[in-house]
Amino acid sequence: MTVFYLVAFLSIFFALMTIFTKNPVHSVLYLVITFFTFTIHYILLNAQFLAVVNFIVYMGAIMVLFLFVLMLLNLNKDTEPMKSNLVKMMGVIAGCCLVVVLFGAFRVFDLSNPLIVKDPDIGLVKNLGKVLFKEFLLPFELSSILLLTAMIGAVLLAKKETRKV
Amino acid sequence: MEWSFVIEKFALVTIVFVVTLVIAMYSTLAERKIAGFMQDRYGPDRAGIFGLLQPFCDGGKFFFKEEIIPAGAHKTLFIMGPTIAIITACISSAVIPWGQSLTIGDRVISLQVADVNVGILYMFGVIALGVYGIMLGGWASNNKFSLMGAIRAASQSISYEIAMGLSIIALLMITGSLSLKEIVADQSGFVNWNIWSQPLGFIIFMVCAFAECNRVPFDLPECETELVGGYHTEYSSMKLGLYMFSEYINMFVSSALMASLYFGGYNFPFMNDLGLSENWITILGVLAFFIKIFAFIFFFMWVRWTLPRFRYDQLMNLGWKMLIPLAIANIVLTGIITLIKDTYFS
Repeated sequence: MTVFYLVAFLSIFFALMTIFTKNPVHSVLYLVITFFTFTIHYILLNAQFLAVVNFIVYMGAIMVLFLFVLMLLNLNKDTEPMKSNLVKMMGVIAGCCLVVVLFGAFRVFDLSNPLIVKDPDIGLVKNLGKVLFKEFLLPFELSSILLLTAMIGAVLLAKKETRKV
Repeated sequence: MEWSFVIEKFALVTIVFVVTLVIAMYSTLAERKIAGFMQDRYGPDRAGIFGLLQPFCDGGKFFFKEEIIPAGAHKTLFIMGPTIAIITACISSAVIPWGQSLTIGDRVISLQVADVNVGILYMFGVIALGVYGIMLGGWASNNKFSLMGAIRAASQSISYEIAMGLSIIALLMITGSLSLKEIVADQSGFVNWNIWSQPLGFIIFMVCAFAECNRVPFDLPECETELVGGYHTEYSSMKLGLYMFSEYINMFVSSALMASLYFGGYNFPFMNDLGLSENWITILGVLAFFIKIFAFIFFFMWVRWTLPRFRYDQLMNLGWKMLIPLAIANIVLTGIITLIKDTYFS
């Protein structure tokens, strides 16, 4: 339990650092560390597959691409566009809405009756695969089609349009 | 937790670490000796007999060189770059099974540091993390050439990771396990080696391993002819040494991975017909494993002094338009063959 509280504290701390640092590259690096703490959370929950996939996909691929783009843009304080007051106000309102939603969620959350996972080994690859391909086959396939569609869309957007003669 | 268990694992980790470092050290010498052999000259032969003390001289030189951090560099990240590179290189060997288990008295000691359920994926994760070292170092140097090198490293490693992952999927369809221990244990003898059932997968995997290690012909991140020194242009003294060292350690670990995934790891022909005791088989197995690893390291060097470097667009074309479709075709083919085998020949 102490490990959980330590890691939870670290994830919140680094998530806040992500927001509060001025330098965008530092911000991405803090986000990488935040994802790493999520990986530790998954391991604590005995979800090894999810932990490793989170590690590979988020830390190893997506964040590298983020860093890649930021390095190419080379953002710094001088080039940063000033945000108008309207945008700031909208940010405040959106934040307040999030707080309200979180409080609402906490209110209905019953702490005296915690959910107990029936099978603690459900996070291992073998069990997860069986569940995905037997009970949740249709949603699983649908989400894969969604991903494929998104990928084709990305390729189409990136493709240079040939000029008609 | 038993104390003997902790001591056993600690000893194993220390041995693996020391062996890794020594092999990385002597890989530098071997590289220069092999280069000399290929180019019909001697290579380093002044320090010690056959130049055997050369790595120590190089290491000493790295330590005593002046260390320069450029004025415009980002200091923390500049130091973090080589640190991450060397740490990720060193931790990746944790899941490789170096041999079967030794029995001493009534204790059975497994020659694998950690038998993780998702061993291969762990390796992938650590390899993916390794690119941060190069990227951070290159960006923090505040130098155009370093930045170019860093960006090349990032896009190259991401592109080739996809093909690498896809080539592994076909292998996993045959073995049915993500644990490296089980994959190696399944390949006992000689005919069961995965190379016989996955030749195409092995070739794709090997090409990707070359690209992930930034070795010639894919060493575009440090391409000397275009980028001065690539991502480590601004580095001097031991920081440069750590980058070089991590490259050699990566080469060693990927050789070990290729040997254990496709060439049977510690298994060698006729191992069950020799009539030796378990411990002797284990020791011979470790030897066989290291012979395979050295053969792969030699192959890495052989290719370096044979093939010229790719152009960057050629590299991307090879990755995306050749290797990925081939890997997908390999998966489909493996699936069909497995299905036919299960339906008609079981």
